[in-house]
Amino acid sequence: MAKITSLDDLRKIKKNLEEQISLREKAENPESLVQIKVGMATSGIAAGAKEIFTFLVDELEKRNIPAIVTQTGDMGYSYAEPTVEVKLPGQEPVVFGWVTKEKADEIIEKYIRNGELVEGIIPQNYKTIDDK
Amino acid sequence: MGTYKYHILVCGGTGCKSSQSTQIVQNLNEEIKANNLENFVKVVTTGCFGFCERGPIVKVLPDNSFYNYVKPEDATEIINEHIIKGRRVERLLFRDPVTNKPVTDSKHINFYQKQLRIVLRNCGVIDPENIEEYIARDGYLALYKCLNELTPTEVIDIIKRSGLRGRGGAGFPTGVKWEIAAASPGPEKYVVCNADEGDPGAFMDRSVLEGDPHSVLEAMAICGYAIGASHGLIYIRAEYPMAIKRLKIAIKQAEEYGLLGKNIFGTDFSFDIELRYGAGAFVCGEETALIHSMEGNRGEPTVKPPYPAVSGYKGKPTNVNNVETFANISPIIIKGPEWFASIGTEKSKGTKVFALAGKINNVGLIEVPMGITLREIIYEIGGGIKNDKKFKAIQTGGPSGGCLTEKHLDTPIEYETLVAAGSMMGSGGMIVMDEDDCMVSVAKFYLDFTVEESCGKCAPCRIGNKRLSEILDKITKGNGTMEDIELLKNLCMVIKDTALCGLGQTSPNPVQSTLENFWDEYVEHIVDKKCRANKCKDLIHYYIDPENCTGCMACARKCPVNAIAGERKQVHVINQDLCTKCGTCLETCKFNAVYII
Repeated sequence: MAKITSLDDLRKIKKNLEEQISLREKAENPESLVQIKVGMATSGIAAGAKEIFTFLVDELEKRNIPAIVTQTGDMGYSYAEPTVEVKLPGQEPVVFGWVTKEKADEIIEKYIRNGELVEGIIPQNYKTIDDK
Repeated sequence: MGTYKYHILVCGGTGCKSSQSTQIVQNLNEEIKANNLENFVKVVTTGCFGFCERGPIVKVLPDNSFYNYVKPEDATEIINEHIIKGRRVERLLFRDPVTNKPVTDSKHINFYQKQLRIVLRNCGVIDPENIEEYIARDGYLALYKCLNELTPTEVIDIIKRSGLRGRGGAGFPTGVKWEIAAASPGPEKYVVCNADEGDPGAFMDRSVLEGDPHSVLEAMAICGYAIGASHGLIYIRAEYPMAIKRLKIAIKQAEEYGLLGKNIFGTDFSFDIELRYGAGAFVCGEETALIHSMEGNRGEPTVKPPYPAVSGYKGKPTNVNNVETFANISPIIIKGPEWFASIGTEKSKGTKVFALAGKINNVGLIEVPMGITLREIIYEIGGGIKNDKKFKAIQTGGPSGGCLTEKHLDTPIEYETLVAAGSMMGSGGMIVMDEDDCMVSVAKFYLDFTVEESCGKCAPCRIGNKRLSEILDKITKGNGTMEDIELLKNLCMVIKDTALCGLGQTSPNPVQSTLENFWDEYVEHIVDKKCRANKCKDLIHYYIDPENCTGCMACARKCPVNAIAGERKQVHVINQDLCTKCGTCLETCKFNAVYII
């Protein structure tokens, strides 16, 4: 990786990533690119987020659903760990709490495949500086 | 979307459930069935919307219609009007409190969201192990701006004008701190990040480091530029392995990208960051003790002045800030000090992250603007007290803080108001207590913590806190006298006035605040030998009610010390001499036959 020495370099990385994300959204096959984030701070991992992460990666591959699964930090909903955020292309992200393997399976089969919401949604209850 | 055209989300938070949201779900499903819409509409119960005062909440997707104060009988109208005819049910829509006009889309509800995330802006959003995701969220833009467009004095001025105060607890103005360090002469200076988070029940800093490590690294570099330092150190406890791992990855990535190290952004400014591990001593969160610990010496505080800004790490000028303080820096630089100063109250600007724990439904990490009330935090964001019990107290500020009660619920949260109420902001731990908590025991818990964590250097803290703990122990065992309370009071004052560092000076706070707010409970323990929360084992006795006992033997079998006598189908009796008051019989009994006096 070349060192970043200018504002343009920073903007380039930002733009690259944004393009990647928008490419995902504008892809022709809407099922093809689902973005999933698993809350994996200490509390999440203690509640079993690692297993859920592995489960999601393995199962999505097995079931032939192209998706991007990444880890992220603490979403703040400690009472509902492990938490998983699913963003279907062109839609608002949805956070599911209390995700067990069974729940993860349900999320894949019902929400990711058919857009059908399942129990365990945690509504976003905060604003970020982006909204302000 | 798949087969379903509409989703109806019904809040299943405790607040909404207690106002019949379960019945709403049932009625909606019946209506859907009656209209043959099963494959068209799906009802889903969700977690708390954080808007409990207007519950039950029902939201219809995809159009985001936000209905409040919904009753079970409204189900018919929602299905008939909204779903079948496509017309929103006006009377149930949320109304803007200012204009009193119905708000159609929940995205336009302004005060709906009590929380504002500045510090946690990337937490749970980006992958903390990928620097590019941080950069995509305007990461390192603030550092670029500082190095290329602003002088160090201008940076300090921006931080000063923003009104940002230290988030470690005491609330010292950050800009002023930077200014003092910048004014200290010398080519060698240090920037230290205090990540020695030690309050029981607090996990704000850990979450920031685990979820957004670059925000701290970037801010440390900005601080280095502002005060003229080229070395940064993060003092973090070894008990945070995940945070350490992610910090290491982040530092490595930042170095690879040239955002840390020599000649950052091609300028003359160089800055590197190293980690220093703490062994988990609470006193090492005090800045002088922290510096001694980093130097390899015993983690003991020393008298201030000299302040670290003048003579700190290795005797060089050192600026110590808390994790959360650093996490505020980049947004202030990018969005401007006026933006930051517009959030919060007159004396306390911006937001504060709290770790909400204890007897509360939505345990978690929250970030709220300063000036919010405890009531809003507990009942709206926190979703109320677990199992519908009665709220008793909220402990803020950790072992240095105090317990606030019902009468403080509507006090706006600021550094000054919390101190005036007998507690403090602290680092942001909030532990909620209900009617089952004994306040004398709570005070004792915190004192025991302080006694264990006292470094032992000064007598008031080493000896005084030990005595406080002993007196509290005596009271919880039923051996206290009214003179003991006077002694407690005097001792508290002496310790506060004479202890060396912040730990000792604040350690009597839990005792003083419980004495002030829960005087009755102390008196009950001493005079009536009673503990109303049934927590003090020496003051309670377990009995079996002969009316309710069926002689099922369950408790007798479970009793670990065989203190329960009784034959099958005969009333059991607890032998008080053997009983260790472990409470197993009470948990075991299915017939409510065990009771406590």
